[in-house]
Amino acid sequence: MMEPSVVGAEAEPRTGAGPLLRQALGLSTLGPLAALVLAGLFFSIQSDRFLTGGNLSLIVQQVMVVGTLAIGQTLVILTAGIDLSNGAVMALGNIVMTRLAVASGLNVYLAIALGLLTCAGFGVLNGGLVTGLRLPPFIVTLGTLSIAFALTHIYSNEQTVTGLPSQLTYLGKTFALGQTDITYGSVLMVALFGLTWYVLSQTAAGRHLYAVGNHPEAARLTGIRTRRVLLGTYTVAGLIYGLAALLLVSRTGVGDPNAGQTDNLDSITAVVLGGTSLFGGRGSVIGTLLGALIVGVIRNGLQLIGTKSIYQTLITGILVIVAVSVDQLARRRQR
Amino acid sequence: MTVTAEQPADSKVGDVVFEARGLVKLYGHVTALDGCDLELRAGEVLAVIGDNGAGKSTLIKALSGAVVPDRGELLLDGTPVRLHTPLDARRYGIETVYQDLALAPALDIASNLYLGREIRRRGVAGWLRMLDKRAMRRQALRHMSELKIGLRSMTNAVEDLSGGQRQGVAVARAAAFARRLVIMDEPTAALGVRESGQVLDLIRRIRDRGLPVILVSHNMPHVFEVSDRIHVQRLGRRVALVRPQDHTMSDVVAIMTGAMPGTEQAAPADRPPEPAPDHTE
Repeated sequence: MMEPSVVGAEAEPRTGAGPLLRQALGLSTLGPLAALVLAGLFFSIQSDRFLTGGNLSLIVQQVMVVGTLAIGQTLVILTAGIDLSNGAVMALGNIVMTRLAVASGLNVYLAIALGLLTCAGFGVLNGGLVTGLRLPPFIVTLGTLSIAFALTHIYSNEQTVTGLPSQLTYLGKTFALGQTDITYGSVLMVALFGLTWYVLSQTAAGRHLYAVGNHPEAARLTGIRTRRVLLGTYTVAGLIYGLAALLLVSRTGVGDPNAGQTDNLDSITAVVLGGTSLFGGRGSVIGTLLGALIVGVIRNGLQLIGTKSIYQTLITGILVIVAVSVDQLARRRQR
Repeated sequence: MTVTAEQPADSKVGDVVFEARGLVKLYGHVTALDGCDLELRAGEVLAVIGDNGAGKSTLIKALSGAVVPDRGELLLDGTPVRLHTPLDARRYGIETVYQDLALAPALDIASNLYLGREIRRRGVAGWLRMLDKRAMRRQALRHMSELKIGLRSMTNAVEDLSGGQRQGVAVARAAAFARRLVIMDEPTAALGVRESGQVLDLIRRIRDRGLPVILVSHNMPHVFEVSDRIHVQRLGRRVALVRPQDHTMSDVVAIMTGAMPGTEQAAPADRPPEPAPDHTE
């Protein structure tokens, strides 16, 4: 009764990299890795100050805030969404934390917790509108961008909050690793990247997030609660923006209502440079880390060799176009 | 057709496994199902055919939990069941292969097979909710080879596969998790001649492993090649339940289009001779 015929006995599709490399990086991160190495090589030839522990630590500190925002952005983009509100939500969290601690004299840790909660609340709002009313994420987060921005300015009265208690800026403190001083904030960012990588690549929740972004109907039919996945994703992203707010406080030492106004676009830049597809379901958070570092290295390197900073913007723009084009071409060839 | 050994212990060939009685579904003024019956017996491939608008896809959705009928009942092994979502149907051991396959193209074969039912590691790693990717790959490969689906690397993305291979993955997933029956919606519609033949073989293998199959198809030669009985759907109800060896293809098409009266009233002649002739309708 067993016929010898076999479905699909013909050519097995070819696989690119070996499974180990593929698992560690994901094919899509090889491009950004190459770009980062090339940029690093270029600047270390151009300037002997580039490849020093102090400078590398500085680069990480410079990308810390946008890099952390980009973690949340990656999660949202993997679900085929986009989050324009993250910079504004972070600014609001930043003002809530600092004002509650300074002006209202609240316990610092309670103030931090309420700041984180505010950001997570905006995540719930974004996710609720996207899943509940099925509004496009672009429009929803455009709206919450304005709301968070306005609330920040209303609540802060346009005043920068100064005289922060030391606990609020603790993440800006450093410890020595050999000759190099490293901030606790940098460690927190790297740890967040690591944790997110683990959840995305090693757990069922991560698989479901990719599936929802890749083919929502297939995900639903296989029993995944797609709305719950989306709501959870936006909420976790919001919480991560809250942590970015805490990092921002530690870096600037004040509560600044005008902070983070272009950080939403910068975080999208990092995600795209990292090879994550804006159509959802493909990409990795390690790519995003590389993307954020590419921007950081170029900015830092151009400063070191004395080029005007506007060229950094120019080069980043070109790189974004290149990254998206490469993604498209690779996809088209597969079909 | 010879069915042996591998039947589930609690059902013999010919027992009614899944039954729909008097299903009604209205969409506004449109009557999609109008007192529709369906009967699936152990060890058979039941083809469901019907013209466009006959209520075929609504019927299949009702059987797989994607649509809740306004009236009527579903019985699994004689016990009434209510299916409100596809997940409900899956909990009862009913798996569906959808026409668009419901596979996530960017994910690999093993991930798709276990999507929504991932295997977690044991011990500390399981406590950290870590996936057991190796076990999923191994078992996926086992399911593939049991059905003689010639895919060896479970880490290939589904989008890199041919149409027939994708169909193979979707069917293997259904067969791996189905405990009572498998529903397949137009599994050969997008395939060429050779791959269609392979999928029909696959359907027979699933039946021979003890899972009855409901096969929805437009393709008359495929229906006649693989099915044990044919359910003809017209105007929202079953108008005939026939055996392919008793009728010609053109007869069945005539019943389907209404050119020839249905045989639903002339019950006993069209029943399979096997057991209990009249315990339905």
